[in-house]
Amino acid sequence: MTNLWKIAGRNLLRYKRRTLLTLSLIVFGVLFVAVFEAVTGSFKGMMIGQITDSFLGHMQIHRKGYLAAIESLPLTMNLKPQAVRKMERILKDVPEIEAWSPRIKFGGMFSNFVETTNIRINGVDPEKESRTVPLFFSRIVEGEKALHKGDILVPELLAKGLKVKVGDAVVVIATNRDGSVNGKQLRVGGILESVTGPGGRDGYLHMDDAMEILRMEEQEISEVALRLKDFGMLQEVHGRLSTLLGEEKNPQGQPVFDVNTWEKLSPFYNIASMIDIMTLFIKLMLIAIVLISIMNVMIMAVYERVREIGTMAAIGTLPRKILALFVLEGFSMGIVGAIIGSLLSSGAIYAIHAARISFDFGRQTGLILAPTMDPVALMTISGIVIGVSILASLQPALKAARMDPIEALGHV
Amino acid sequence: MELITGQDVSKVYHNGGVPIEALKGVSFSIEKEAFVSVVGPSGSGKTTLLNLIGCLDKPSGGRLLVAGTDVAGLGRTDAAIFRGSHIGFIFQSFNLIPVLTAYENVEYPLIMVQNVPAAQRRRQVQDLIAAVGMSDQQTKRPDQLSGGQKQRVAIARALVTHPQLVLADEPTANLDHDTAMGIIRLMKGIRKELQTTFVFSTHDVRIIDEAEGIYRIEDGLLKESHNQGGGHDHD
Repeated sequence: MTNLWKIAGRNLLRYKRRTLLTLSLIVFGVLFVAVFEAVTGSFKGMMIGQITDSFLGHMQIHRKGYLAAIESLPLTMNLKPQAVRKMERILKDVPEIEAWSPRIKFGGMFSNFVETTNIRINGVDPEKESRTVPLFFSRIVEGEKALHKGDILVPELLAKGLKVKVGDAVVVIATNRDGSVNGKQLRVGGILESVTGPGGRDGYLHMDDAMEILRMEEQEISEVALRLKDFGMLQEVHGRLSTLLGEEKNPQGQPVFDVNTWEKLSPFYNIASMIDIMTLFIKLMLIAIVLISIMNVMIMAVYERVREIGTMAAIGTLPRKILALFVLEGFSMGIVGAIIGSLLSSGAIYAIHAARISFDFGRQTGLILAPTMDPVALMTISGIVIGVSILASLQPALKAARMDPIEALGHV
Repeated sequence: MELITGQDVSKVYHNGGVPIEALKGVSFSIEKEAFVSVVGPSGSGKTTLLNLIGCLDKPSGGRLLVAGTDVAGLGRTDAAIFRGSHIGFIFQSFNLIPVLTAYENVEYPLIMVQNVPAAQRRRQVQDLIAAVGMSDQQTKRPDQLSGGQKQRVAIARALVTHPQLVLADEPTANLDHDTAMGIIRLMKGIRKELQTTFVFSTHDVRIIDEAEGIYRIEDGLLKESHNQGGGHDHD
């Protein structure tokens, strides 16, 4: 086998310029795909992290049907205290869940005593909320990074529109589920920066204040945000929770709970999916580059070495060894290209990471691009290149192995 | 003792559906350790006969035994194995592998065909390279060697596996007279030393006299043979 490698290597060096050109194509392909995947992966991971850790959570639980009517934030579709208790018992038995935060969501009027506008309110338990969405308090751009009873965290846009600042007195008025209107004077505890997605215009109150405004005696929860210990377990835990909570039925025999991952809840998921599709197409382009360049080189190699192949066959070289020789040539180009491409990719990704390139996305500014080298992704790219190299050299190699020695020896 | 026996051997090629009889039922035998020349004009059937004996092609009719094996019945892989273990080839254009040195070209059949252990391989290759007088040129690649030197390497490559039979198709056609005579005498000398049978085709009258047996082919028929202990024909 060592000798086959030696002959294959020398054959590749026989046509240095052609081999170098093919190698450079493979290296460029690997470099491009690896850097693209690292950069888009970094962007995707950062955005998902921002969205899930700022307000959405990794998963959410609602009463079945609530999501379809979420635009009107219907209080009639909140989870009843009994259902919440059942749900919490189930959540406690799932060890992969790190924290959860119940929320009461409702629409209301926000007034600074001069002007009034509508607002989406989230009543939360500050401690549970910060454990479930740890970046929540970091969104407070003005004021103390906390949420006290009697305070309201106002979204940036609304604060600017109504010209309210930290410490100002405001009033929130809302209609409860029975149709009666109630209001409460609150202090602006902080200004929340905007985020991408549906949570960008939400204000936050303490859970007790929300219950007071809605005149709730017991908590009736609109949604429960969940945080997992390991984000990688998302689909598995979602499946398990869906099964466990799906067993809870209402008197009509319909499931009470609806469990959804962030993917169903955030429009960014469509962008993330688009990035995945683009990455797939880039990989397909890499396959095409490697396939065409190696196949081209190997077809030329076989055509130029017909007499040599005839000689090898005549002196008794078995067809499978001739096949192996040509496959090894293609494989060698693939593996060398993959190694050089991987090394250059690592360097390029490190350089981009070190450059700390900042960018804006939606309402978020100053995001830092921090691509990292994923060994699995790099191995996958290298594996594709090596696999395609073998595949591309197989047809020319088979042609060489099946060559009739007499015809080959007589080739001019 | 006969190494090759042909009985009514024929070969028909089809060129665009038109049958062409390259060999028309020739019978012959060649004894072990013979040094035989097959002569005749271009297109007479010399190369066809050598191809059949060398298991590179199959006869269309008749029976051909080489080293006791009916070569007509060998499949593609079996024929390759048979060639690798029984037959050495010397070509008109030397056909050395250009990326390998003289030494590596001689070593090639021992690695790729016979899988001989390294120490034994080194010994065999060195012996053969010395026998053909190429020890001082062994590290050179074919493009650094003269025609005569290339053919010496090719002879060493053909003999390194100790085959019973060496087939040489016009081995001196690309060489000047003196080099050609040198090559033929080298082949003849080594043949005695290694007890190998040599069958070579040529239409060079200057070297025919070196053969111990001569088969003359014309138009696919074995017209005559002159045997000086090399074999006999049955026509």
